[in-house]
Amino acid sequence: MAIKDYIRQRYFPQMWCPGCGHGIILNSLLRAVDELGLDKNGIVMTSGIGCSARISGYVDFHSLHTLHGRALAFATGVKLSKPELKLIVPMGDGDALAIGGNHFIHAARRNIDITAIVMNNRIYGMTGGQYSPLSGPGKKATTAPYTTIDNQFDVVDLSIAAGASFVARSTAYHVLECIDILKKAIQHKGFSVVEILSQCPTHYGRKNKEGDAAQMLEFQKNTTAKLDSKALENDPTLIPRGIFVDIDAPEYCEEYDKIVERAMKASQNSKSEQPLVNPLIQQSCVTQ
Amino acid sequence: MKRTRFVFSGSGGQGVITAGIILAEAAVIHEGMNATQTQSYGAAARGGSTRSDVIISNQPIYYPEVNQANILVCLTQESYINYSSIIRPGGLVLTDSRFVKTTKKVDARQIEVPMYDMVMEKIKKPIVFNICMLGALLGITEFVKPTSLMEVIKATVPKDFIELNQNAFELGMELGALYNE
Amino acid sequence: MTDNINSNSVNDNNGIKPNDINNGIKANNIKFIQGNEACVEGALYAGVDFFAGYPITPSTEIAELLSKRLPEKGGKFIQMEDEIASMCAIIGASLTGHKVMTATSGPGFSLKQEALGYACMAEIPCVIVNVQRGGPSTGNPTHVSQGDINQARWGTHGDHAIIALTASNHQDVFGVTVDAFNLAETYRTPVILLFDEVVGHMREKLIIPEKGELPIVDRLRTSVRKGVDYHPYLPREDGRLPMSDFGAEHRYNVTGLFHDMWGFPSNNPQVVRELLHHLVDKIENNVHTITRYKEHYLEGAEYILISYGSSARSAIHMAKNRRERGEKVGVLELQSIWPFPEAMVREKCANAKAVIVVEMNMGQVMREVKACVDNPSKVFLANRIDNKLINPTNIKTLLRIIQGRGV
Repeated sequence: MAIKDYIRQRYFPQMWCPGCGHGIILNSLLRAVDELGLDKNGIVMTSGIGCSARISGYVDFHSLHTLHGRALAFATGVKLSKPELKLIVPMGDGDALAIGGNHFIHAARRNIDITAIVMNNRIYGMTGGQYSPLSGPGKKATTAPYTTIDNQFDVVDLSIAAGASFVARSTAYHVLECIDILKKAIQHKGFSVVEILSQCPTHYGRKNKEGDAAQMLEFQKNTTAKLDSKALENDPTLIPRGIFVDIDAPEYCEEYDKIVERAMKASQNSKSEQPLVNPLIQQSCVTQ
Repeated sequence: MKRTRFVFSGSGGQGVITAGIILAEAAVIHEGMNATQTQSYGAAARGGSTRSDVIISNQPIYYPEVNQANILVCLTQESYINYSSIIRPGGLVLTDSRFVKTTKKVDARQIEVPMYDMVMEKIKKPIVFNICMLGALLGITEFVKPTSLMEVIKATVPKDFIELNQNAFELGMELGALYNE
Repeated sequence: MTDNINSNSVNDNNGIKPNDINNGIKANNIKFIQGNEACVEGALYAGVDFFAGYPITPSTEIAELLSKRLPEKGGKFIQMEDEIASMCAIIGASLTGHKVMTATSGPGFSLKQEALGYACMAEIPCVIVNVQRGGPSTGNPTHVSQGDINQARWGTHGDHAIIALTASNHQDVFGVTVDAFNLAETYRTPVILLFDEVVGHMREKLIIPEKGELPIVDRLRTSVRKGVDYHPYLPREDGRLPMSDFGAEHRYNVTGLFHDMWGFPSNNPQVVRELLHHLVDKIENNVHTITRYKEHYLEGAEYILISYGSSARSAIHMAKNRRERGEKVGVLELQSIWPFPEAMVREKCANAKAVIVVEMNMGQVMREVKACVDNPSKVFLANRIDNKLINPTNIKTLLRIIQGRGV
């Protein structure tokens, strides 16, 4: 299909600033979906609040634009209630890891089959340029006129520690790599996290003198390196890109299916054996 | 049955809450009566003094707590001290003679039964103390049919424990029958 | 002397005489259970198949029981990381076409408010149980209160309408729970069940109706065919909005922003105004259909007690007692609190010498009653706020003072 078959053309042009990295990421995501040949009716895109979250309105999937930070909690309800759906959850850095940090680590812990995309531009763009939990120290923002003192999360380390079974990082600059990683993340059974470094020339770039969009993309190219590459070996300060974790682990909805099977069997057995027993009283009887 | 208000009291772990539920459930499910059961929640449910209020009636029951009990069961000294004042004049106080020394001049019929000691002697399992108490209560006055109560016990406890509970219940019935007027 | 039950409520088994019970009713259908369990039975009867929750006293039994019962029928239960996530998860599950519920108390109800507003705005059918406990804040987890009446109405920000139901006995807990699911589907709205600790934890009889005895409203799905434009937020002439499940043929946007008939965000003033009118009117214009109440000894009553939930039990107890002595005291028991049944309350109280609102808060329903009766100065409050169940003597004392008879 042509890429325009995956978008709701009625709502274009999109509302992102000129030079924003989010449009590039949308493009990579749609190409990944196209190359995988997925049915549009089988995809639910759930997002929260922020610049990144508006992505769900532009795609011709089932789309659920929710509350700030809560996209993964909504997505968990969608996925568990109808596991045959593919859930893609693009989030901003503040959305995913400040207000949504708890939902993020718990979705990872459950290893529920959802693809979480962290579109990391290190700033709150929608509200006008406040620092985020991924800004890191020494950065300028409208709420950090004297520079930030907060340390940042490493999204990859955090996701691995929380139990995500697929964890990767790429950038808006590395479009082809990004498509490839997104394809693998979407196909992965379990909770997959893809951090994609994005640029916000309007707020982050201007405040921190990182130049225009082109220069910020250059920056993504020059400050990152592929995992296991010579470049990374030579300069460990570079940010590594690639797939950090890709393992088979029990997936939440599949595990719950086994619970359903056990519960159904147990209830049939108890029905044939004895009259209906009140489980709560039974419990208190045994313990008291 | 006319409206009868029970208070079961003792310490957490003695099974007074469960006993109240079983009695009320027997009245509701097997005898077509109405009943309510309420209890104190919170720290008291874990060790301290516990109390379970049961009202049984053939009329609708609205206010579910017991201010004045027709029947008061106390399985600890502390609960006897706390609650013996709420007995209705002419009511019945059932206590366990090992744990409670009845001291007060209560305007009620006080019956002290060695339920715990007999359970330990004959059945050797303190877990069925509460069922023995229910047996004693029904031995004294047949608030519900013993068969109704046994039906509830059968449906409530795990299969392997039914016989144990039945023995305790029958033991209690025998003990209570001595006071049947 | 009669205990009249005139109610819109579809369920009135409370009037069954005890001796009728074992005749014709299957033993398995008679339960002696907690109010929280009666709520679960009602939800299962109504067809709940997804529950997300978080442990909190005194509502936890609802989650515990559903964690066992839902998978037995192929449904799903999930314990989320907090109350916020639980509310979000049920909204997500509702969109795939399921009947959904969450349950909470106290601080948990505060946490649910954000996503509750989302469900109002995006018009998602769902049921939220709040087993009220003492508050504010952590308050008194194991004891009773009715202090969340106004939070149920206005807890989430912005203008909106809401449906909140309540009940004082287990048969009615079952009935209003079924009703809550029906209203949620009918009006595409969250419905709040405002129970309280006494009703939630108390055990009493419940007779589970046979299948088909109570009406069940199922999800209204669109009949728009594949390939034809489906407008998810364009109400039909009767005001209802047929839905399409996520995963089905129609792909559309759902958002908490003001949105057009496609579900796409809009700040067009006309779109904003019309949507807000729709959200409020679909419920407020149907207050008559949504109103549920019971009358106890109300005929010719000079003194009317208005009450709900567990405090209504004490009010009825007291009224019955007074009637037996020849005093004209009756009880108007509210089963729907929001939208507040103003017209009904005004009409019932028109000839009363005094109206006494019996509740366990500082007068949250009393203010509504004062606002709607012809003579607000005849409205009094009989309350108790020490997190103990108000008892018939508390009410009787106040009644005697109002009657000029002293305590």
